Amino acid sequence: MLAISELTKTYDTGTAALRNVSITVDEPQVVAIIGPSGAGKSTLIRCINRLVEPTSGSVELNGENLTKLGSRDLRRARRHIGMIFQEYNLVERLTVMENILSGRLGYVSFWRAFRRNYPPADVAAAFSLLERVGLEGYHNTRADSLSGGQRQRVGIARALIQSPDLLLVDEPTASLDPKTSRQVMRILVELAREQKTPTLINIHDVQLAKTFATRVIGMQEGRIVFDGKPGQLTEKVLTDIYGEEDWSTEAAPVTAAAS
Amino acid sequence: MIEATWLRHTLLVLGLAYLVWSLGSLEVDWERVSKGLPRAGDIVTRMFPPDFSRWELLSRGVTESLEMALAATFAGMILAVPLGLCAARNLVPMPVYLVARGIIVVMRTLHEVIVAIIFVKIFGFGPLAGVLTLIVSSITFIAKMLAEDIENMSPGQVEAIRATGAGFAKMLLYGVVPQILPRYLGVSIYRLDANIRQSTIVGIVGAGGIGQTLSASFSRYDYDFSLAILLVIIALVFIGEFFSSWARGKLR
Repeated sequence: MLAISELTKTYDTGTAALRNVSITVDEPQVVAIIGPSGAGKSTLIRCINRLVEPTSGSVELNGENLTKLGSRDLRRARRHIGMIFQEYNLVERLTVMENILSGRLGYVSFWRAFRRNYPPADVAAAFSLLERVGLEGYHNTRADSLSGGQRQRVGIARALIQSPDLLLVDEPTASLDPKTSRQVMRILVELAREQKTPTLINIHDVQLAKTFATRVIGMQEGRIVFDGKPGQLTEKVLTDIYGEEDWSTEAAPVTAAAS
Repeated sequence: MIEATWLRHTLLVLGLAYLVWSLGSLEVDWERVSKGLPRAGDIVTRMFPPDFSRWELLSRGVTESLEMALAATFAGMILAVPLGLCAARNLVPMPVYLVARGIIVVMRTLHEVIVAIIFVKIFGFGPLAGVLTLIVSSITFIAKMLAEDIENMSPGQVEAIRATGAGFAKMLLYGVVPQILPRYLGVSIYRLDANIRQSTIVGIVGAGGIGQTLSASFSRYDYDFSLAILLVIIALVFIGEFFSSWARGKLR
């Protein structure tokens, strides 16, 4: 399905964000990518749909090498790759329905998009997704009047209406409270499983990664340092990924010796 | 605050010296001032009462000014869009950006009155020269605001639309237009208000509208008619200002 091999990205500033990253995903599974800030998680995801141009290496999706595509073919390929963002990235001044349908922009003509005249099948799909993410009745609400959790649900619907072959998710819960985070992750993972869509999720909440992913990849300084089952994430592995820290959930009591 | 006492005092003394010197170099000719003052009084007395008897001439001038302002704003709104898009660093390649910015800078350099004089020389007296002047200034003004607005928009929304496989045109339609439309309309309405004011000024150099009527009345010493025209211009600008802020308030 997805085969990333020897992917490298060096930014113009000289920062090496990715160093020889190879990942193969050959079944519809939810892969969590964890690692400290600056480890290259975001760059990795953006190099797949080439919102960031990789420096070298290749990304193959269902046998097609995405890194070699010209701009027209790249747009065609992007139609099959859904993306969900940390800051939701909804078009703030458009309605929920317009935002969801924007996931079909790659398929409709400019003129139809301009008149908001989407094929009935797309509109029906949008309504059913709206119901699935729990936002029934919100279709005419403007995106900028939604709460964070609601926005991310719209973001999920926008990505899934593409019927993607691959779902890229960049820190979906970093701007949400713990309860909303779990709800959003549950909806996301449920829908991805249902549509059998392989999913890459950047996430820095290890607990959420363990709960919702079937595979965890750990990154550090642009390299993959762990690839395995959530159950294999031991304290030693976490130390490899994040550096030295006391990983027990009960922190030692803070001694009040400062007086 | 300057810490060193000696520096503070030196700067103060230098500042005072400059003030004295510049006042001395003004060369105010007090004789001319003393002659001018009674003449001012004379003009003011001859202005009253304002003479509205030639209201047909007046209303023709006002209508022409309004038409000039409306036509110029509309044309400026449309022509500013391509120029504004090309002058946004985050949308176009560097060479296009530099050319577009260059055009805006050059067009903004010349004051409206100078542009009007040039157009009057080319196309002769009358509203055509005035409309063209106002179009030039409207394009540059709206294009500059538009470009700055595009450069300040949220890149995330554009990124999300690109990620769906939308091309450049559809990216503009969904990623850019919703973000900049309210301000674009607001700026255009503000420009209409400004064009109403400008249309009275460019008339003075012969580019049509009520300003031309005003200029003619001054040169014929019809001060009472001049006052009538001035009162109408003030009313016009007031109404324009009022409409502009009302309409922009509606656009939130």
